Amino acid sequence: MIWRRFVNAFMFALTGVCTMLTVSVLFFILGYLIYQGGRSLSWDFFTKLPAPVGETGGGMANAIVGSGKLLLITILLGVPVGFLGGVYLAEFSGAAFASVVRYTADLLNGVPSIVIGILAYALVVVRAKQFSTFAGGFALSMMVIPITLRSTEQFLRAVPNTLREGALALGASKSRAVVTVIIPAAMRGILTGTILGVARVAGETAPLLFTAFGNRYWSPGWFQPTASLPMMVYTYAISAYEDWHRQAWAAGLVLLSMMLVANIAARLILSPKGVQRA
Amino acid sequence: MNMAAMANPLRTNDAPKDNALRPEPAAAPDAKLRVAGLNFYYGAAHVLHDVSLEIPPNKVTALIGPSGCGKSTFLRTLNRMSDTVRNARATGAVTLDGEDVMAMDVVQLRRRVGMVFQKSNPFPKSIFDNVAYGPRLSGHMRKPALEEAVERSLRRAAIWDEVKDHLQESAYALSGGQQQRLCIARALAVDPEVLLLDEPCSALDPIATAKIEELLFTLKDNCTLVIVTHNMQQAARVAEFTGFFLLGKLIEFDKTEVIFKRPSRKETEDYITGRFG
Repeated sequence: MIWRRFVNAFMFALTGVCTMLTVSVLFFILGYLIYQGGRSLSWDFFTKLPAPVGETGGGMANAIVGSGKLLLITILLGVPVGFLGGVYLAEFSGAAFASVVRYTADLLNGVPSIVIGILAYALVVVRAKQFSTFAGGFALSMMVIPITLRSTEQFLRAVPNTLREGALALGASKSRAVVTVIIPAAMRGILTGTILGVARVAGETAPLLFTAFGNRYWSPGWFQPTASLPMMVYTYAISAYEDWHRQAWAAGLVLLSMMLVANIAARLILSPKGVQRA
Repeated sequence: MNMAAMANPLRTNDAPKDNALRPEPAAAPDAKLRVAGLNFYYGAAHVLHDVSLEIPPNKVTALIGPSGCGKSTFLRTLNRMSDTVRNARATGAVTLDGEDVMAMDVVQLRRRVGMVFQKSNPFPKSIFDNVAYGPRLSGHMRKPALEEAVERSLRRAAIWDEVKDHLQESAYALSGGQQQRLCIARALAVDPEVLLLDEPCSALDPIATAKIEELLFTLKDNCTLVIVTHNMQQAARVAEFTGFFLLGKLIEFDKTEVIFKRPSRKETEDYITGRFG
């Protein structure tokens, strides 16, 4: 009897502690980033180029713009492929084919990002004989495709069948019903999934190592190497300079804040209050 | 998916003997919809057995019977919504004004034969856009003509006065009964010749139900109505003709008063008097 109570109390405490651990990891990271990086955050950080080695100060404006350009390519290249693939999977393909594609997409999602980087290196960098923003965006696109595809498919499948039938019964063709009723009904969810997917790959470093490569100056264009925030964190964190370490913390803080904002935006879009405004 | 079988299920006649034995429909030249020897299968399950029936124009025809008796399936073969189910297969003939429904372009067919579902299913759009959906499908319409069509349909569905000031608001803001009348308006907006109603009141309270039943009376001037209902009183109230389904068979089809007062089959009488179902 006492033993049973003891086990009960012990398990209760254990599960509670594990839950707290999970939550505290995020808050620990956030707190530490703010503590370490907050001091280095200044207006200069957002507007200036990195200072030459040995000088203090400077910023990461080129990396912030570089990350923006990489994500723009991801959104233009990867998101449409994932989205349209998801539409096909949810609405038009047969069940057997869909399950094969779904499984493949899950595998692709699990491919280590460094391997995606190698692929982009072989396909784009080697051919162009040039590290480039485009190659980096290409690598990130490949990572975002399975995420977008799966979330699009899931949200489309969640649209009640009564809506499909309603449109078909009015004489809409299948594709017309999908475009005018089903996709709009799922749009909120699809948008959320896409934002979360893009936010996830925004923090990837490995695929950029030998594609976008990095740059201490402004990248002159889409087909030249560019700096990016995750790469800057990597380079600065392993450097020998105290000042660079602080800047790495600051870059980490900026990156994490961007992701938090994206996540919160996604939640707001998906909130029940938002649904009523549909 | 087997597209060949899906596209035209009634054409795939795997049982030629059905054809040979198919009873010739009795001559009724004014039937709007004529169904002869209809058999329907979901995969291996045989859900409709040799149903023959003639639906008169500008009347309300009710289909009654216990759950799972095939009445909804039957209704769905009339506008070929049954096509959307995988592995579904039908044999027999369905004609609309003498035209073979199974050979018709399905888009054209569904514009002529509209449908209202058990659960109201407004699109996540504004009230206006819901009703305008059908007219917009059939081509570009100038704005005044479209507005006129929307108003006319909402008036026919007896919901105009309740929504005329909120046409741009979401259809989801309406009550359940209003949503169902909106769905009726949406179906009416393409001026269908036939309107199929699949238990349209089963999710509604008695007041909303009464409104829809009243509506059916006014609609039949321009439209042939077929309503599937669980509610026998409803059939008695709204329908001129009633068909009784049991276990996938059409047991009896006649004038409503005959079905309810002097049914010729014992099964019908048992059901009507509440001995089962």
